[in-house]
Amino acid sequence: MTAFDRTLTASADAPLLSVQDLTKRYGRRIGCERVSFDLWPGEVLGIVGESGSGKSTLLGCLAGHLAADEGQILYRGHDILAMSEPERRLLSRTEWAFVHQNPRDGLRMGVSAGGNVGERLMAIGARNYGAIRNAASDWLTKVEIDPGRIDDRPRAFSGGMQQRLQIARNLVTAPRLVFMDEPTGGLDVSVQARLLDLLRGLVRDMGLSVVIVTHDLAVARLLADRLMVMKDGRVIETGLTDQVLDDPQAAYTQLLVSSVLQV
Amino acid sequence: MTDAAYNFAYLDEATKRMIRRALLKGLAIPGYQVPFASREMPMPYGWGTGGVQVTAACLTPGDTLKVIDQGADDTTNAVSIRKFFERTAGVATTERTAGASVIQTRHRIPEKPLTEGQILVYQVPIPEPLRFLEPRESETRRMHALEEYGLMHVKLYEDVARHGAIATSYAYPVRVEGRYVMDPSPIPKFDNPKLSGMAAIQLFGAGREQRVYALPPYSRVVSLDFEDHPFEPTKADHDCDLCGASASYLDEVITDDAGGRMFVCSDTDYCAGRRAAGQRGRLAPEGEA
Ligand SMILES: Nc1ncnc2c1ncn2[C@@H]1O[C@H](COP(=O)(O)OP(=O)(O)O)[C@@H](O)[C@H]1O
Ligand SMILES: [Mg+2]
Repeated sequence: MTAFDRTLTASADAPLLSVQDLTKRYGRRIGCERVSFDLWPGEVLGIVGESGSGKSTLLGCLAGHLAADEGQILYRGHDILAMSEPERRLLSRTEWAFVHQNPRDGLRMGVSAGGNVGERLMAIGARNYGAIRNAASDWLTKVEIDPGRIDDRPRAFSGGMQQRLQIARNLVTAPRLVFMDEPTGGLDVSVQARLLDLLRGLVRDMGLSVVIVTHDLAVARLLADRLMVMKDGRVIETGLTDQVLDDPQAAYTQLLVSSVLQV
Repeated sequence: MTDAAYNFAYLDEATKRMIRRALLKGLAIPGYQVPFASREMPMPYGWGTGGVQVTAACLTPGDTLKVIDQGADDTTNAVSIRKFFERTAGVATTERTAGASVIQTRHRIPEKPLTEGQILVYQVPIPEPLRFLEPRESETRRMHALEEYGLMHVKLYEDVARHGAIATSYAYPVRVEGRYVMDPSPIPKFDNPKLSGMAAIQLFGAGREQRVYALPPYSRVVSLDFEDHPFEPTKADHDCDLCGASASYLDEVITDDAGGRMFVCSDTDYCAGRRAAGQRGRLAPEGEA
């Protein structure tokens, strides 16, 4: 942690995350290839593209869930790929957060909602039960879950509630950088809309930097400041969200955008 | 078949050497679970085959062995393990805590403080304290390696949320020397303070799970808790009805069909010693002592 605190002030005019030529292969198949981008503090970057284009692979490499084959990832100037595993895992539970598409992958289904939210606090040393419980209760309120359900298990929650609980569990330690993989994926349209609204508010209020993967261009339009379009593991277009969606340059992006508009 | 068909203490020398190596490693890294190649023993797993293998690896012909189960020397389990070593190792046995050089135990630590030169061997069913929330062995190993123990407090949090207090009363998790979190085996949490600073060597054996771990003498062992829900080594709020002891762990015993009951020391040797010295409890038989 200390290594990061020292550079705390040096961040405003430098990228939070700086990615150079990141490549990940699965045997001979390409997962993602030579991806480069900068993410600035407070920015929401959307990664779009059809299924199999390498979005999840890229996100997995960024978050340290997958080992990249080549390239460099700098987080606030620190070389992530050169870090030891303990350092990286500490980063994952303090400065970073990861919201999975399936809440089951991001929650402990056998643990109460309060325990789920409190886990990250306890993982970084919180040892006062009352304080942990209060923080959990506050966060349930923030994600629009009745705090009266703090002792219920996630199993008893709807899909939308589970996803909001996963978000609370991730944000309770006030991370700077949040990775999201299709966070509205499996949800009904009306539930999606409410979740997007909530996410937008939290991102704004907490000044979060976000890398969000989605195949849904409507989600991208609502949340992302900037878009990266992927195809066959490569980035084929990048730009401000409105620019990419309203005036796509690459032929593939034009196809992607028009197919959405037709639906 | 004659007993001479067995090697000393049943196990062959190579196996005992392998277990001793694992135990030494355990002593060098207090609280760390060391894998070992558990052998089939001539008794079912629930009967403490891990403890039996550890005891077999530690015994020398000059040792005096005591075996207790829930504090008592005379339960089926304790008697059969004691007989096993009488037969296969020919060592002397005793029921006196102070007279034993090796004590194998299930579910208790003797009340009488142990001394340097003694070895306490625990039978362990489930060595992994993180198991109940994280079933993946690969993940729990990594959590130990990286000291990621937040999950232990999630377990305690769930306890307090559900019961208003930390309801875990057996196998209460501890942190050893500020490093490894360890399951002390299903001893009552009343016994947890005895784990810390003990003069004897403490060895833990899990047969089915193929793990040993250890506490060298005078290790610092802390029971996990919250600032606002501190650890409490509780016991039944009574004195022993036989010997009058006020600070020993008690079993509740039903005495008749009419709901009569009494509280007696679970450590039978401790209780007998006190009575022999003239201490009497509320229901001590007339004329005794
Ligand atoms: N574990 C894996 N093993 C082998 N190939 C994989 C694996 N995961 C993904 N891939 C392949 O990598 C490419 C990118 O997949 P992915 O990152 O999941 O794309 P997206 O998230 O955009 O749908 C695809 O060709 C996919 O089949
Ligand atoms: Mg994907």
